[in-house]
Amino acid sequence: MSLAFLMFLACGVLAISGAIVLILAREPIHSALALIQVMIALAVLYVLLGAPFIAAVQVIVYAGAIMVLFVFVIMLLNAGSEERTDFSQIAKYVGVPLGVILIFWAAHWLWRSPAGRAIGTATAMPAASTRALSVELFRQYLFPFEATSILILIAILGALVLARKEP
Amino acid sequence: MATAQLVNLHRVAPEWHLSIVGILVMILDPFVSPRRKRWLGWLAFAGALAALLAVHRAYDSQGMAYDNLISTDVFSVFVHVVVILAAALSILGSIDYLEREGIQRGEYYALILFATAGMGILAGANELVTAFLGLEMSSISTYILVGFRRRSEPSNEASMKYFLLGSFATAFFLYGIAMVYGALGTTYIDKIQALLERPGGIPALAMLGLGLIFVGLGFKVLIAPFQVYGPDVYEGAPTPVTALLSSAPKVATFALMLRIFYVSFGMASDFWFWAVWISAVLTMFIGNLAALVQSNVKRMLAYSSIAHAGYILVAFAASTTLGIAAVLFYLAAYVLMKVGAFLIVTHLGQRGEARLDIRDYAGLGSREPVLAASFSLFLFSLLGLPATGGFLGKFLAFQSALDAHSAHGTAIIWLVVIAAINSVIGAYYYLRVIISMYFAQPSTDYTPSSVAPALGVAIFVAAIGTLYLGLLPAQVLEFARTAADSLPLH
Repeated sequence: MSLAFLMFLACGVLAISGAIVLILAREPIHSALALIQVMIALAVLYVLLGAPFIAAVQVIVYAGAIMVLFVFVIMLLNAGSEERTDFSQIAKYVGVPLGVILIFWAAHWLWRSPAGRAIGTATAMPAASTRALSVELFRQYLFPFEATSILILIAILGALVLARKEP
Repeated sequence: MATAQLVNLHRVAPEWHLSIVGILVMILDPFVSPRRKRWLGWLAFAGALAALLAVHRAYDSQGMAYDNLISTDVFSVFVHVVVILAAALSILGSIDYLEREGIQRGEYYALILFATAGMGILAGANELVTAFLGLEMSSISTYILVGFRRRSEPSNEASMKYFLLGSFATAFFLYGIAMVYGALGTTYIDKIQALLERPGGIPALAMLGLGLIFVGLGFKVLIAPFQVYGPDVYEGAPTPVTALLSSAPKVATFALMLRIFYVSFGMASDFWFWAVWISAVLTMFIGNLAALVQSNVKRMLAYSSIAHAGYILVAFAASTTLGIAAVLFYLAAYVLMKVGAFLIVTHLGQRGEARLDIRDYAGLGSREPVLAASFSLFLFSLLGLPATGGFLGKFLAFQSALDAHSAHGTAIIWLVVIAAINSVIGAYYYLRVIISMYFAQPSTDYTPSSVAPALGVAIFVAAIGTLYLGLLPAQVLEFARTAADSLPLH
């Protein structure tokens, strides 16, 4: 039970509880706050995994910029609390138990996989420097990087098409 | 270094051709006056043709590109040709449609080109996260294209549905990738195979991941039980987009499924065989039975797309090289007849897509003999009548499945029997349209309109292609076989 493992447990619990609140909260603004909790907990997990750069990006981009956008949208739309619809019967009696089984099954097998066996025993990985990261990104993963830029272009186009005033 | 980069560029030539022309369309868009916007469509069409030529360059320099992320083999080349052809035909069919609906915009063509680039990545991806990027490029573009008729409520609804369920499906796919990575420590499609052969058997976590990947990709190719959203989306989308949607993304996603299931998890075929079997049976029955009761031709063709995904799964279940060749040939034939059929629906729908009911097709045989004849050709091909590409596709699919009976026993023979029964059910709704066109009393409110040249060319190419695949299939068949052999199966 190293300190890192305790941190992992704490942040894991925070992330999952945040995600549950995110789904169940009625007020959109509560969901948004819960999302910040998830993002920050994940950022700490990234630090534990030896990726400080990704952790910093996670905080700046997700917990910072994107959440501000979310809050703005909620404010501008003046979104009220959600209306509850009745659970569909199939979802209630088949979906929920199946989901729970899936989670436990996945957890069980994850625990037994090489990654799972390494839990708690791993020493802190050497921190991936920003330099090493950029070498990876612009050498080995150049193609996906470029594909991502096209993907973002598509998203911009989509916003343009769907939000533009009709002539 | 420089030459290595050059070879890389050659191997992904179709993708960057498509992307650059797409960007060019966007840059030119503001400078083109609204009356001349149709020229952007022609530019996009030229881009698609350039990409077809670029496929040839990729063919000449086969191999792994970008550190094994992309595999440019004959398989990828075959899929590229089919996908880009489908996109080119859809662009041709769109130019006058957008004019008619008053939504002629450059973004439309740029999105089609970007989507096609994404599908090209799907066809060649040798790494799951790269494949995910391709899937997202193709999906997000099509979400937007489906909602392109912004003033039409069904179009908006379709776009929203497609977006929500599609994102959900993508999440499944991504989760599956995470599980596979967690179990095996790699996301390279060709490396997974060797890792599975290690002693200790196949990790259950990897199988769970494969299951999730099947769900995610199953959504995209519209197989049961993930087909629910399909007909609504196909019906609501602008018809040329439906033509694209029912063809190109399906081909590319099936190609990725072939790679993942055959190359990575080929030795686990006993495990996924039953998933494919059950899904195939459900898909065929749901598609065909639901199509029986449709009176809207566009919706009927949507259900027919679902049924055809089921026939493709029959060949998929074979898990042999012949099965891959059969899937590829079927996809090629399917794309031509489906795009052709939807393009004819595009023309006959008239302004606002008002005329989609089967009654509106009554008496078309005497009024528009050429159009009615080509529509009949596509329907006959969908039905699987000899001398059409659809027949040969089905024949090969069933044959490859029967050949695999030594591996899968009687289950696969039953699958072929069920597929044959379904083909007969399918005959009813295809023939109903043909009978209505030739033998029903013509409807009185029909104002004939001449087929726009671009659309006419697209329909002509699709019709010739359908006949060519039915009558002289040897070359394409050989191509499909070489493509199947180029996959590194275990």
